[in-house]
Amino acid sequence: MLLSIKNLHASINGKEILKGIDLDINQGEVHAIMGPNGTGKSTLASVIAGREVFDVTEGEIFYKNKNLLRLAVEERAREGIFLGFQYPVEIPGVSITNFMRTAVNELRKYKGLDPLSGGAFLKLMEEKKELVELTSNLANRSVNEGFSGGEKKKNEIFQMAMLEPTLAILDETDSGLDIDALRVVANGVNKLRTKENAFLVITHYQRLLDYIIPDFVHVLFEGKIVKSGTKELALELEEKGYDWIRKEQQDNGKAE
Amino acid sequence: MQGALKQNITKELMTGLYADHRAAIAANDYPALTARRENAIHRFEELGFPTTKLEAWKNTDLRESFAKEYAVVLKPKQDVDVQKVFRCNIPHLDTAIMGQLNGWYVSKDVPLMELGNGIIMGSLAEAMKKYPALIGVHLGRYADTNGDAFTALNTAFSQDGVFIYVPDNVKSPKPVQIINVIHNDENLFLQSRNLIVLGKNSRLSLVHCDDSYNHQPSFSNVVTEIHLGEHASLDHYKLQSLNNESTLISSVYFRMEASAKLESHYISLNGGLLRNNIRIRFNGPHGDAKIYGIYLMDRKQHIDNQVFVDHAYPDCTSGELFKGILDEHSSGVFNGHVLVERNAVRTNAYQSNKNILLTETAKVNSKPFLEIYNDDVKCSHGSTTGQLDQDAMYYLRQRGIGEDSARMLLMYAYADEVISKIAIDPLRYRIEDMVKKRLQGELQICEACVLHCNTPEQPVEFVIDMTKI
Repeated sequence: MLLSIKNLHASINGKEILKGIDLDINQGEVHAIMGPNGTGKSTLASVIAGREVFDVTEGEIFYKNKNLLRLAVEERAREGIFLGFQYPVEIPGVSITNFMRTAVNELRKYKGLDPLSGGAFLKLMEEKKELVELTSNLANRSVNEGFSGGEKKKNEIFQMAMLEPTLAILDETDSGLDIDALRVVANGVNKLRTKENAFLVITHYQRLLDYIIPDFVHVLFEGKIVKSGTKELALELEEKGYDWIRKEQQDNGKAE
Repeated sequence: MQGALKQNITKELMTGLYADHRAAIAANDYPALTARRENAIHRFEELGFPTTKLEAWKNTDLRESFAKEYAVVLKPKQDVDVQKVFRCNIPHLDTAIMGQLNGWYVSKDVPLMELGNGIIMGSLAEAMKKYPALIGVHLGRYADTNGDAFTALNTAFSQDGVFIYVPDNVKSPKPVQIINVIHNDENLFLQSRNLIVLGKNSRLSLVHCDDSYNHQPSFSNVVTEIHLGEHASLDHYKLQSLNNESTLISSVYFRMEASAKLESHYISLNGGLLRNNIRIRFNGPHGDAKIYGIYLMDRKQHIDNQVFVDHAYPDCTSGELFKGILDEHSSGVFNGHVLVERNAVRTNAYQSNKNILLTETAKVNSKPFLEIYNDDVKCSHGSTTGQLDQDAMYYLRQRGIGEDSARMLLMYAYADEVISKIAIDPLRYRIEDMVKKRLQGELQICEACVLHCNTPEQPVEFVIDMTKI
């Protein structure tokens, strides 16, 4: 088991967002998490990544058999957890090249490897840029500064390609993308899929899952996973809408 | 002997010293200059040294600087190995170097050079003797001897400094670099005066470095007057890297005639107490002045930037961008004052001061201020003080970059907005490197000139060596 989440409760400023999440992910699997807005999808991504503003009040997360909750954000990243941000942060003055070179070399250092030489690094960058169809002038610009929505998301996939994570969480990577950008992003993900890594794709719409075929689909509703299934579940959701889930939950509530 | 024994600097001491040494001080004067000294010492006597009771000094307390004893410098130091003190080894930075030691111009043999293209550069004292008419038109005409006590005191005492004259229509082929080094075995109180005159349609790049040679305390009161003739263009760099025991009061008065263009960069890397008085007067229409500042302070260092821009004529543009990073117990002051006079229509002016405080104990007082007397203007001002962007920190850390490195990257990027404006490439590479080292806490006061450190010949790649953090 790569990632094992048990009864996870998390809150921010005293308000509980996650109310008992259970989720297991194995290597080689792609999991999709769907659900209406405001049900905790992004919170789940942030808590796995280790964002400190969230308090984990109950439950546990094990990753590669390590207690993930004990690790700092950067330690989780170096252990192979990557978060593709829903809203990538603009960092004026830091070029993507310098940013990635620093990140790649810190990762190598963690693994006990020597830093990449300038030439080797640039070669790696060229390779990965091609993979995600990132134009070369983008790499010389400041991180995300003045990027269009599509460029920001492509840049996230580019970074993922550079860092080769074991568990990649893509938080609504499809939001705000036109169909061409969506295809580029999805192609990037598909090329990076291996037997060793795993993906957790968070999305509001089924659309992305036409391109990234998930092994499992989970529905997150009011802080809990209320339904799990295979890719057909996504189609069912698309057809019936989230009101179906809402109604089912209300009915269950009455039954109890 | 440097002029006097170490003692406490007081108004009475200075006026007394002036009375005792007035003949020697005025030895190179033309008559009008001596008269100006007399007026200035009287004015200083009336004003006295500023205290925090004055609005302009409210947040800069000189008491600690004055608590030390200093020897007042009235004569140049003779026994100096000029070659050793003044060298600058920034690769590919090809400048005409002018050395100043404790405020006095130093040269091996030629105190005043006249170049083929008509440029004159060298000692102000020599120039006063040789070109009294030229000097007389400018010296003391732009500095505020009446209202500023330090400028008054400097006007009374200063005997030498750097003089540069660029004639009409001449473009200086390479940058001129003034290296002002403070070097002595005892505490010094020094006052020097610089005059830079750019003729009509002339151009100059000027790099002005203030450095310490050792860790001896010093108190410098330096006044620089810079005149930009019509359509003249000046690219001006002020690099400050003094030891932690030094106090520097630097007053630069820019007078800009019609259509003159100025870019001034204040790069303050180190110093005990640094006070930059930057005063710009547009003396004709269509002038353009950009003033940039970056300051990196820590320990108990203090930086105070006072920028005053007088829009006295229409159609001028001024811009100020000052950014600071304050660590530990350091403190900063920014006072930006833009005055738009009644007839200065179509004025375009902006001021921006941004500060990052890295600790609870660091502090800053920022006051951008617009004073506008007509309706047809475009002015803006802003001031922000905060911590590093926490969202950006999280983003960098999520990519595996450790907290310290992430912080360093963000600070460096923050400073880069100002550093990237440096137009001389080799200088920019050096400053990038120095800022990087400064942020990593590696930068020490180098021998003589901070510009002696090894420098990259290419743009600085920010690759963090974790062992250094």
